[in-house]
Amino acid sequence: MIAVAALAAMAVAILIALIRVAHAPTAFDRVLAVNSIGTMIILGISLHGFAMGRPEFVDISVLYAILNFIGTFAVLKLFSTGTLGDK
Amino acid sequence: MDSVIYILAGLCFAVGSVAILIGSVGLVRMPDVFSRIHAAGMVDTAGVAFMIFGMVLLSPSWLVTVKLILIGVFLFYTSPVSGHAIALVAKECGVKPEGRDLTTPPSEKGKAS
Repeated sequence: MIAVAALAAMAVAILIALIRVAHAPTAFDRVLAVNSIGTMIILGISLHGFAMGRPEFVDISVLYAILNFIGTFAVLKLFSTGTLGDK
Repeated sequence: MDSVIYILAGLCFAVGSVAILIGSVGLVRMPDVFSRIHAAGMVDTAGVAFMIFGMVLLSPSWLVTVKLILIGVFLFYTSPVSGHAIALVAKECGVKPEGRDLTTPPSEKGKAS
């Protein structure tokens, strides 16, 4: 029950952050907001596991945490150097 | 004993939810990228810490607890790094912070430009 309430708060927070993704002055605002949404999704997946009584969902959260970090750095490297490291 | 843990987990979830909501409202209302990183840091520190702690209190086995703590430690180390990288690349690409310039003293302001 409490996990469902926390999930609802997370959904509202993701919707508010999506406003920033849609209307952003620079691309860095979008990267920052998407990174933030990724963090909330990580917590949301774990909370969903607890709400459904299957806490094994935290495995997927670990994967998402790593993907979120690497994805942010890939986009930032593309902005910074213009390539992703390939010749 | 069981209900005490349940109430404590609920309190942790409440505090974490409030922190995350404040962080995402700040993401919309802050004026420029550099101050928005501050608002995103709110989500990554207070929100994640309280949510993970609440889920640790609810977790049924030690394996789930270890994985949750792993997620918490990973986010605690990576989110400052990615925030710093965003600020660095934004500065490199020429994004200017809002507000007055406080880095040059007022006596030199006329000469510099």
